[in-house]
Amino acid sequence: MTHPFPFSAIVGQEDMKLAMILTAIDPSIGGVLAFGDRGTGKSTAVRALAALLPPVTKVDGCPVNSARPEDVPEWAGLKDYRLVEAPTPVVDLPLGVTEDRVTGALDIEKALTLGEKAFEPGLLARANRGYLYIDEVNLLEDHVVDLLLDVAQSGENVVEREGLSIRHPARFVLVGSGNPEEGELRPQLLDRFGLSVEVTSPRDVETRVEVIRRRDAYERDNSAFMLRWQAEDAAIRERIVAARRAIAEIEANDRVLTDVAEICLALGSDGLRGELTLLKAARAYAAWRDDTAITRTHIRGVSAMALRHRLRRDPLDEAGSGTRVARVVDEVLA
Amino acid sequence: MVREWPGWWTRSLPDLADPFARAALALDLLAVDPGLGGLHLRARAGPVRDRLTARLGHLDEDAQRLHPAMTDTALLGGLDLAATLASGHRVDSKGVLGRPGALVLTMAERTPPGFAARLCARLDASRDNVVIALDEAAAEGEGVPAALSDRLAFSVDLSGVAIGAIPALPEPNLADARRRLARVIAPADLPLQIAELTMAFGIDSPRAALFALRAARAHAALRDMSIGSDDVEAAVALTLAHRATQVPELEEEAETESAPPQDPPQDQSGPDGEDDIPQEMLIAAVAALLPPDLLNATPKVLRGATGDGAGAMRQGNRRGRPLPSRPGRPGSGARIDIVATLRAAAPWQTIRKATARRPGLQIRAADLRLHRFQDTSDRLVIFAVDASGSSALARLAEAKGAVEYLLAEAYARRDHVCLVAFRGTEAEVLLPPTRSLVQTKRRLAELPGGGGTPLAAGLQLAAQEARTARRKGMDPVLCLLTDGRANIALDGTADRQRAPQDALTIGKTLIGLQTLVIDCGTRPSASLKELADTSAAQYLALPRADAARLSRAVSDALG
Repeated sequence: MTHPFPFSAIVGQEDMKLAMILTAIDPSIGGVLAFGDRGTGKSTAVRALAALLPPVTKVDGCPVNSARPEDVPEWAGLKDYRLVEAPTPVVDLPLGVTEDRVTGALDIEKALTLGEKAFEPGLLARANRGYLYIDEVNLLEDHVVDLLLDVAQSGENVVEREGLSIRHPARFVLVGSGNPEEGELRPQLLDRFGLSVEVTSPRDVETRVEVIRRRDAYERDNSAFMLRWQAEDAAIRERIVAARRAIAEIEANDRVLTDVAEICLALGSDGLRGELTLLKAARAYAAWRDDTAITRTHIRGVSAMALRHRLRRDPLDEAGSGTRVARVVDEVLA
Repeated sequence: MVREWPGWWTRSLPDLADPFARAALALDLLAVDPGLGGLHLRARAGPVRDRLTARLGHLDEDAQRLHPAMTDTALLGGLDLAATLASGHRVDSKGVLGRPGALVLTMAERTPPGFAARLCARLDASRDNVVIALDEAAAEGEGVPAALSDRLAFSVDLSGVAIGAIPALPEPNLADARRRLARVIAPADLPLQIAELTMAFGIDSPRAALFALRAARAHAALRDMSIGSDDVEAAVALTLAHRATQVPELEEEAETESAPPQDPPQDQSGPDGEDDIPQEMLIAAVAALLPPDLLNATPKVLRGATGDGAGAMRQGNRRGRPLPSRPGRPGSGARIDIVATLRAAAPWQTIRKATARRPGLQIRAADLRLHRFQDTSDRLVIFAVDASGSSALARLAEAKGAVEYLLAEAYARRDHVCLVAFRGTEAEVLLPPTRSLVQTKRRLAELPGGGGTPLAAGLQLAAQEARTARRKGMDPVLCLLTDGRANIALDGTADRQRAPQDALTIGKTLIGLQTLVIDCGTRPSASLKELADTSAAQYLALPRADAARLSRAVSDALG
C-alpha cells in the first residue's frame, strides 16, 4: 500500500488547498466544492489532507467511528470497547450509488436467512468524523445529493425504512468535485456547500514541469519522496492543530460583522448562509494565519471561495462569478 | 539482446503511422508498465480487432472481461444472495475488480458514468490494473466517458485497418523489459520538453504529460537502451496526439521555440549529445498522428470530441411513483421489497420445511421481489435556429438569449438543451445536448450569422438529434426559430422553388415529435404556417420578440 501523495507537495492550486485546510480547522464551515478541469489533483488533495491530519481516537470496530464507548450505537452490537488510533476516514462515494448504500438499510442477508431485523450501516456511517469525497458530484442523481446535503447540514443520518428506525451521527466534511462542462449543480445544492473553488490546469510551463517532476518522483520512489516532504507535511499539521485550538479565542468585532453583512447584501446572495460561512471561513483563516482577531485582510482572502457559488445566476453576464465577488468586495471594503 | 528484434524498433516512427502497429506497441508498453492505465481502442468487432486482442496474452494470460451492464456486486464483490439463501449462511461473491491484471471492457461506448467512476477509482487506487476499452462507437456523440479516457494513456482507432494490411510484429521479451524499467533514467530536461508539447497542443490534463514520461521510459526499457529520441517520439505520439485540441503553427513555432533563451535543448548537448532531442521533431511526431478532423476543424468542436457530456448519456432513471413489485434478481439499481418477498415465500413454508435441514424461514431466490418505480425521462429541447442573413442579426441575438434563459430556468425541470443552427448552405450542431450553462454560453458566443436559409437541412439535422436523444431515453421537443424564407435546397443549391418543397418533405418526417414553429419575421409567413401544418406542429408568430418573451412563449407552449 503506497502512501497518499503528500499535501505539501501539491503544486499550485492554492485556493483549493486553503479551502481544504480551513474546513479541517473548522468542519462546521461545511463542504468544499472544487469545480474545474480534469487531472488537477482534486481527489489527490482530499486524500493527502486526510493523511496529514492527526489520527482520530475511536472505538475499535465501531461502524460510526465513535470517540467514546458511550457513543457507540446499540445496533452495532459491539462487545468490547477498546480505543484505537485510526487515520481520519476518507470515504469515496461513487456515482450510481444506491440510496441504500449511502444511508444504510436493512441487512438483507440477516433478514432473509435468519429472519432478523438488523441494520447494515452505509457510507454515511463510515464517513462520520472524516471526509466524504464525491467525484463528479454534478452527475450524481439529485435525490442522493439532496440526501447528502441534508445529512451534512444536520450531522445526523435518519433511517426510516423497511421497519427500521435508526439515527446515528454523521458529521463529515463533504468534498465534491466535477467539471462544469458536463452539467451543473442546481443552485439550491450549490448553496449548501460551504466553500467553492475553481481549479484550472496550470497555464505556464514551469508549473507543469514541476507537476510532472513531483508526480513522477512520487511514483518511482515512494518512500524517498514521502521522506522528502515529511517535514513540510508535519509543519502544516502543527499549524492546523494550533489553529483548531486558537479558533475559539478569535474575535469578530462589530465592524467585521458589518463588513460581512454589507458584502452579502451588495452581492444579493440569498439567505443568511453566505454571511455565516464568510464569517466562519474568515475566522478559520485568521486562526490559520495565527492572528488573534478577524480583519479585512481575512475577509478579502476568503470571500471569493465563500460566496462565488451563492450569486444569482445571470445568464447574460460573461464575467466569472469569482470576479464579480472580488469587484463587490473591493467596493464595500474600499 | 537488443538486436534480436526485427528492425522496426529502431525505425519506430514510420511504423507508428500504422494504427495496428501502434495499438500493438501500446499493449507492449502497458505490459511493461501497468501504470500507464490502459488503451482506448476504437474498432468494430471483427477479425482486425480479434487479431489485436489475441495479443492481450502478453499482458495477462486470463484477462477479465467486463461489460457496462455489470452490477456492482459483480464488479466489486458482495453478498451472493442466491447462494446465501440456498445454503442458509453468508456466501460472498468476489468482484472482478479485486484482482490485478488486465480488464477488457467490451462495448465501452455504452459505459454509464457510474460504471466508469468505479473503474476510475480502481485505476486511481492501484497500479495493478490495466483497462482495455473496446469502443464500438458508430454515431457521433457516442464514446467512452471522458473521466475514463483521461486515465488511459493510449487511444488508437483501428476502423480503417484492413486485415490483409496488418504487418508482422515482433514479440518483444516483456519479462526482461519489466525488470529493466526501474533502471531507465529519464533525461533531466524531458519533463520540460513534454510540458511544452502539452502547451503547444492545448492539452490541459496533467495526466497526459505523466503518461508521456512513463511511456518514454517503458519504450526505452523495451529496447534495452537509455531514453533516446526514438523513445520520446514514440511516447509523445502515442500519448498526446489523440488529446490535442489545437495544432501548433509548425513553421512559426519552430522559430519562436528556439529563439527564446530556453537553454536546455541547445546548451546541454555538450556533455551528452544522446539526450538532446529537438523539440520540433517531437512536435512533428505528434502532429503526424493528429486526428484528421482536428486539422481542418475549428477548436470549438474538439472539446466535445474527447467524450460526450456524460450527463447526456444517462437514461431517464430518476425515482418516480412506486409501482407494484415484481420478481427478479437484485442488482445495483434495485431494492428488495421485503414484504412482498416474504409474501411470495409464505405459501411454500410447510413444504420446504419438510425437506430443509435448517430452521427458520425458507426463502429461495425465486421468491425475491424487487421494488419498481415509474421512471420519468429527461426532456431535451432542440432549438433549430435560423442564422441566415434574412434573419436579422438582432433577432439572432434574441434567440441566443432565449436559449440561455431557458437553460438557466431549466434547473428545476432538468431539461437538456441542444442547438442546431442553419445558415449558408448547411446546418450544424452548435451545441450537443447538454445541461451546462458554461458550455452553452461559449458555443453561443461563437454563433455566426449571415448567408442563405437552408431550412430543410436544419430540420433534417434537428430531426436526427431528436432520434439520437430518443435512443438515449430522453424525450425530445423541437423548437424552430426562423422567418421562413427558405432559399437553399437540401442538396445545398440556391433554389427558391425547391427549397420550401424540401422543407415540407422533411417537415413530414417530424410528425410524432412535439414541435413548435416560431415565426420571428416581421410579417407572418404563409409558407411557415404550411410547414407547421404539415408537420403537425404548433405555430406561433412572434415578431420583434425579445429574449425574455421568447423563452416565456417557448416554456408556455411546451408546458
